[in-house]
Amino acid sequence: MSTRIGVITFPGSLDDRDAQRAVRLAGAEPVALWHGSHDLEGVDALVLPGGFSYGDYLRCGAIASLSPIMTEVIDAANAGMPVLGICNGFQMLTEAHLLEGGLIRNDHGSFICRDQVLRVENTDTAWTTDFTGEQEITIPLKNGEGGFVASDDVLDRLEGEGRVVFRYVDVNPNGSLRDIAGICNERGNVVGLMPHPEHATEPGFGPDTALAMRSGVDGLAFFTSAIQRTLASA
Amino acid sequence: MPTIVVDVMPKAELLDPQGKAVAGALARLGRSTFTGVRIGKRFEITVDGAADEATLAEVRQVAEDILSNGVIEDVVGIHVVEDRG
Repeated sequence: MSTRIGVITFPGSLDDRDAQRAVRLAGAEPVALWHGSHDLEGVDALVLPGGFSYGDYLRCGAIASLSPIMTEVIDAANAGMPVLGICNGFQMLTEAHLLEGGLIRNDHGSFICRDQVLRVENTDTAWTTDFTGEQEITIPLKNGEGGFVASDDVLDRLEGEGRVVFRYVDVNPNGSLRDIAGICNERGNVVGLMPHPEHATEPGFGPDTALAMRSGVDGLAFFTSAIQRTLASA
Repeated sequence: MPTIVVDVMPKAELLDPQGKAVAGALARLGRSTFTGVRIGKRFEITVDGAADEATLAEVRQVAEDILSNGVIEDVVGIHVVEDRG
């Protein structure tokens, strides 16, 4: 039986179908879930996709983090289910207190969209076991409010416990403190990042590589990692 | 009906790109008197009855839990404005 990975659609989600497609390309079955429901439909892992839920009103991800389904998401995350928050999904995970820190407007004040190089600094999380340590990957980044901030104490703890999962390389695109692009919770099952792995999963539709235009598929390993994790714990 | 006003500001130590952009525009317009601008949020909450202590306690709770995010913002003021009729 194939792994079932739920992708939650919130009002204003944009990348939910791309995330479903990435799940399928990685070899799992995508399950479309709805923010207004309390039913996770027995999925093995969860993706909170990117977009602009509730038009970024109040704060990015804040209103979505109070959705009915988030009660079950928080319970599942605390029970160890792999949960990935991408961009707006990352913002929701911080607002739901599943991840520390917060995301603020880019320091340069502009929306930014680019193919971004990241260094994978933790390959023990539920979403990164298929990477090698210190591996550099390229996936698209597109955000207006992607500046990761936290107190010095929290930043020190995240770094000390190896919970900085991804760091920006070459360019810090949004003013994130200590070049942090993504982090995980203590257990390593909940991961959030601003860049978009789901947009780098199929040749012809990913970032450019040295070999060929749009051939980058560095995002696939996020999803294959989660599949391995769910199979290992089954 | 009284209105309860909640003011929320980005934390002082954090960069406020919105305020910085406005400050830059003012400087370009020659408004050199102003040395800085920071932008926050004002919530106006209306209630049916009186803004009594119980209601204010609930507003304080909501202000901390939902209207603001303590990682990036501070609630800097909560006050009651009586109906101006």
